[in-house]
Amino acid sequence: MSDLDFTTRFPTGVVADERKGYEGYIVDADKLVEFATALRDEFGFDYLSSVTGVDYINEGKLEVVYHAYKTTGGAGLVFKTQVDREAAEVPSLYNIYPGADFQEREAWDLMGIKFTGHPDLRRILLWEGFEGHPLRKDWKEPYFEEDVKPFKSRWPEGDFHRAEDKNPYGANVQYPDKFDPEKWQPEGEDALYGSLAKYQTTDESGLVTDHITVNLGPQHPSTHGVFRIAAKLNGETIVNLKPVMGYLHRNHEKIGERNTYLQNMPFTDRLDYLSSMSNNFGYALAVEKLLKVEVPERAEYLRVIMAELTRIQNHLFAIGMFLNDLGAFFTPSLYAIEERELILDIFEMVSGSRMMCNYFRFGGVVRDLPEGALEKIKGLVLDRLPRKVDEMDRFLSENEILRSRTVGQGYLSAEDAIKYSAAGPMLRASGIPYDIRRADPYSIYDRFDFDVAVRYNGDIYDRYYIRLDEVRQSLRILEQAIKDIPEGEILSGKPQYTVRVPAGESYGRVEGPKGELGFYIVSDGKANPYRYHVRAPSFINLTAFGPMCVGLKVADVVAVLGSIDIVLGETDR
Amino acid sequence: MYGKGLIKGLGVTLKRFVNTYLDDLKWAGKRYYTQEGLAHRSSKDANGIFTVQYPEEKLPVPEEFRYVPFLVYDELEDGTHHNRCTACGICSKVCPPQCIWIERATDPKTGRPKQEPAAFSIDLDICMNCGLCAEYCPFDSIKMDHDYEIAGYGRTVHHLDELLKPASYYDEIRPLNSAREAAIRKEKEEAKAAKAAARAARAAKK
Amino acid sequence: MENNELNSPGYEIPDDMKSVVSITTLDKIYNWGRRSSVWPMMFGLACCAIEMIATAASRYDFSRFGMEVMRPSPRQSDLMLVSGTVTKKMAPTIVRLYNQMPEPKYVVAMGACASGGGPFKEGYNVVSGVDKLIPVDVYIPGCPPTPQALINGLIKLQELIDTQSLKTVRWYQKGELAAVPVPVLGPDLIYPKDIPAIQEAGKEA
Repeated sequence: MSDLDFTTRFPTGVVADERKGYEGYIVDADKLVEFATALRDEFGFDYLSSVTGVDYINEGKLEVVYHAYKTTGGAGLVFKTQVDREAAEVPSLYNIYPGADFQEREAWDLMGIKFTGHPDLRRILLWEGFEGHPLRKDWKEPYFEEDVKPFKSRWPEGDFHRAEDKNPYGANVQYPDKFDPEKWQPEGEDALYGSLAKYQTTDESGLVTDHITVNLGPQHPSTHGVFRIAAKLNGETIVNLKPVMGYLHRNHEKIGERNTYLQNMPFTDRLDYLSSMSNNFGYALAVEKLLKVEVPERAEYLRVIMAELTRIQNHLFAIGMFLNDLGAFFTPSLYAIEERELILDIFEMVSGSRMMCNYFRFGGVVRDLPEGALEKIKGLVLDRLPRKVDEMDRFLSENEILRSRTVGQGYLSAEDAIKYSAAGPMLRASGIPYDIRRADPYSIYDRFDFDVAVRYNGDIYDRYYIRLDEVRQSLRILEQAIKDIPEGEILSGKPQYTVRVPAGESYGRVEGPKGELGFYIVSDGKANPYRYHVRAPSFINLTAFGPMCVGLKVADVVAVLGSIDIVLGETDR
Repeated sequence: MYGKGLIKGLGVTLKRFVNTYLDDLKWAGKRYYTQEGLAHRSSKDANGIFTVQYPEEKLPVPEEFRYVPFLVYDELEDGTHHNRCTACGICSKVCPPQCIWIERATDPKTGRPKQEPAAFSIDLDICMNCGLCAEYCPFDSIKMDHDYEIAGYGRTVHHLDELLKPASYYDEIRPLNSAREAAIRKEKEEAKAAKAAARAARAAKK
Repeated sequence: MENNELNSPGYEIPDDMKSVVSITTLDKIYNWGRRSSVWPMMFGLACCAIEMIATAASRYDFSRFGMEVMRPSPRQSDLMLVSGTVTKKMAPTIVRLYNQMPEPKYVVAMGACASGGGPFKEGYNVVSGVDKLIPVDVYIPGCPPTPQALINGLIKLQELIDTQSLKTVRWYQKGELAAVPVPVLGPDLIYPKDIPAIQEAGKEA
């Protein structure tokens, strides 16, 4: 980053971060907006990938960490701003990078950082009225036992009990002091409905129409889980729409900061539970960056093979479910799930579990391919899958009903896709050929010959079809990988269950099936991460969901959501 | 031509429909309830009906398959059981959701800790089947089970008596793993014996 | 169902009529009808929901048990398959959905999370098992239970239905069945039954 001369451009207010193991720049809060504007307009960092809050309780500071990239490729830039814990106010970057919208709301919700100038700063994962900001280091949950795992109560005097037995209410609850439920008023959903704004329209004849509010979810067959859409309708047309999430908020990050580094690995499986292997990949990369371990050649190939198989099965499932949403109930899904089952068989053979693979370790993978697994992979990659992908294509892509529902609908322009920090197939279907495997290669992706799938119309149809393109490219990578895979070690060093990670920060990112999956880790040199944050593509891709739906009909909202391909485990974490 | 795409798509479903019967004919009654039939249905050449008729036929699980943990005991020649677990506590330390409780036994005479568990509990309603306990157990004691048919009418906590299973069961479900581990154990013991012998020889010389 | 399976023992049927006549008890035929058409609600919470979809798909195909009609509406379903982590934010909705289901209704807690909190139990937004909210009939351990394990649990549910009797089932008893009180989202999840205790604790503090 030597060509970036911030000190001349900003003589005051911007200094390099010189803490050991850290990188990037620290920007004064009052210079932040000016700095970010310059970054976007003058230095070409047009894509804000991740916004993370970190609580440095010993210094009495809260820090907001931003990761920005260029969509033309290359390494990223980290910049931070620090504020006092007691009066945590940071100017919002919403107007420069609208992709910061949900991420700033998340930082407010979980960390209690107020973003001044944010147009709709509400809680996002928890509900209005929740007591406290749980990711602050001094906030403790009802089942709090110890700051870090392993807990001392488990061994050597492990007296079995359930956590709820020790709670006065027999459940996972706690209430603030002097709380009186009789006098208390629930905050309800006023903030949400208020943010949708009231509308009235008057047509030529003077007829006044009130807009109605419609909720889809959290229990709705089209929402891919427990996701809720609050929409303001004029007749049947959407005038405003807000996604409501957090119904599957499982406190991944809070638990992750208590776990040891290894213990987090199986938890990452449960983020995007359709593609556990690529979650493992991202997390392993982030920790390996801090550990500075080399990964043996064979392990690298195994990693790539598993990650690409994951991408294939995820995209097949996404296409099947998307067709479900369009009303082609279950036949396309059945065809897609059949292929997915065969891939899951391989995962089960290799890792022991169909979905929760827990296959990666720091410096390699947990075990080598068992006998017959490579033959099975070869059979699928070289023979069956190409055949079946073509069949899927023939089955669906020219279907007139599918085309009339999707072509030209749910448009997202290239500028908007960048603006809203959309990632993965969503960004590439809008004409931005940005694929981390090519733009900022990790592992051994620079060795393989493949094309970055890209389509230019930015509509639902392209977001459907790009997934078929990507499956074909993944098959190409797999063909090369299974041809070249060498013999040898699969793990560098001895397997160990506690790793001491040098102090510092690291951000590991992979091109997951849903888009850029990033892990931001701050280590203080102990056995547990000090801060563990996930940049979840499903979550951030939803930022563009509202704007994309304005002007469409309710039925199309379902199609748009299906084309984004979210998984709630990752959205809500 | 409008409708061409629809017809093409219907052609795909029709082909799959016909294939179902062709495949059934080809296998002439051997397609279901036989091991070869089941293997065919989960191979890359699977065609036609894909269904596994559980519970009449069960999809075989691979050796590495992991469900819930169990403890292995050795059956000694005199008929007694020897629990491999030494209550070292590594599994409970490495367990990500901390669902393993171990109480180390103490010698009633000396009051010193013994190398065996007095109580061992795994809360299966917390266990995430990740397999880390089995991976890092230095005594090949805690292992992941293949038995997934454990649904019941209440919450499930396995204590020592539910957890303990014989080594022969382990050899049966994971033959390759158990053979490999036995070889490593034997090697270690031989090395230890050789060391002891060398030490004894040195002592005798003096 | 095979004819002789439906027959109640104790009644001899002449051989030449065995293929056409069957004598059974009302309970048995009632339960047989119900156990063979358990309609689950199309209701997925988390990771387990994906395995539930896999179970519904062609490989494991729970339509072999008469369960393929997954209803998106609670009004039309018999079975709530709680497939995944129950969070506090979702808890009121789950109770409301349960109350909206018509009797007879069953609840299967699929996987560790729904059974007892699962790996995320210690989290601040997680309910320690769906049985803290609504009564559960069958618990399936596993994270996630494989499709075969799920079907095993569903067979356990069918076995449970087989043991029920028209005379004793709760939905044919006199009087209204009470709805489960819906918890409220306050500073934390508030179970209606706890309100007096919370008030008491608030006064002491």
